[in-house]
Amino acid sequence: MGEFRMPSLGADMDAGTVVEWLVHPGDPVHRGDIVAVVSTDKADIEVEVFETGVVGEILVPAGETVAVGTPLATITDGGAPSPPPVPVTAPPATSPATPEPATPEPATPEPAPATEALPAARGATLSPVLRRLATHLGVDLATVTGTGTAGAVTRADIEAAAAGPAPAAPRAAAPTSDRTEAMRQALAALMARSKREIPHYYLATDIDFSRARDWLAATNAAQPVTERILPVALLVKAVALAAREHPELNGTWVDGVYVPASAANVGVAISLRGGGLIAPALLDVDAKPIARVAAELGDLVNRTRNGRLRASEMSGATITVTSLGDRGVDRVFGVIYPPQVAIVGFGRIAERAWAKDGMVGAHPVVTMSLSGDHRVSDGHRGGRFLARVDRLLQTPDEL
Amino acid sequence: MSADVRNAVLAVLARIAPEADLDALPDDVDVREELDIDSIDFLSFMVGIYEALGVDVPEADYPQCVTIAGCVAYLAPRI
Repeated sequence: MGEFRMPSLGADMDAGTVVEWLVHPGDPVHRGDIVAVVSTDKADIEVEVFETGVVGEILVPAGETVAVGTPLATITDGGAPSPPPVPVTAPPATSPATPEPATPEPATPEPAPATEALPAARGATLSPVLRRLATHLGVDLATVTGTGTAGAVTRADIEAAAAGPAPAAPRAAAPTSDRTEAMRQALAALMARSKREIPHYYLATDIDFSRARDWLAATNAAQPVTERILPVALLVKAVALAAREHPELNGTWVDGVYVPASAANVGVAISLRGGGLIAPALLDVDAKPIARVAAELGDLVNRTRNGRLRASEMSGATITVTSLGDRGVDRVFGVIYPPQVAIVGFGRIAERAWAKDGMVGAHPVVTMSLSGDHRVSDGHRGGRFLARVDRLLQTPDEL
Repeated sequence: MSADVRNAVLAVLARIAPEADLDALPDDVDVREELDIDSIDFLSFMVGIYEALGVDVPEADYPQCVTIAGCVAYLAPRI
């Protein structure tokens, strides 16, 4: 028998809230199945189980916030009856301001099992999972009366609103800034730690993007819209290949020891609509063909912005890429995400005067930067890394 | 026809920028700038157009589809 525990979904995460269970006691599960949705300061994350078996007991109900490492459920081998529940030894990481009151009786009878509600500590903040459900069912959240803890809107509330007439008493608009504020604070803490602990050095180089642009134009002209490749996919792939060849830039620094990574899992800094920033990982980029990298990158960005990230994507990055070119930025010098040791920045791809073979012409040019950790690498190696990315982008058909 | 195309375009945009007040969006402004749509979102927009209306907009024609009015003018004759 095993235990499914609250995962660590990033260096800055101490606790998480179980938003929703996607399995029930008795359900068979396989390694990699998504079994729960966990809410952190940054996002709601779909969490995978890491063993195969049968769900035994749910130890932490939806709505409860617990520390990283706390057992959330037991996983049995399926042959024996479910064991008695294991007491949860870790205390709740955050406590409601007041003891949790009994859920008030709703005005109309509802099905017995209570469904998820965010804890009182979060007030009436609504998770992306529930917002998606409301959108899917065509429910105007402003008209839904919350019956969960501290008036939180539950799945049952939304489903009831979809099934029948809108409740007579509209609730106040849910505060939407809570998560943005929490995310800002978490990011501030992480970036402050980075600047405090990591001796950054910064390099930049301009890269002629002519060949890559021409290759993309020719390739995409022959592809349906669903399979087109964006420039950022080429950039991410080139960074991954170069990172694999420069192990001192691709890995993690933990407890004073640097551990180079065996794969290039590229964190992609993604801005969220409404504010905030998340950098989930695109896994094993160096080993995947460019078409797959492009497809997975689009999927990752869309899922990030729709609150459907997976746990394995939240903690596996070995180097990060940030691109602000779409926003018209010429160059960006990033702050390293601990425990990583490098972040690569790309500005916009713009026509600039470029001298080549004694001639000056207008070429698409992108400025690439590297912020490196001087504890692990230095400017010389960083410069070689930048030059390698440049060379890779001159042969885009080989990416 | 144009009204149907316009509604379909707005429905796709609403999925990409669910927080946006599309009723207040002028037809002649660049949606990328106005709705903070980056290149990945814009590709999703084009994919959504393809799925909704069956028109596969070539990359070279993307600039014609950066406004609501431009989209409608481009798409309507192709449906």
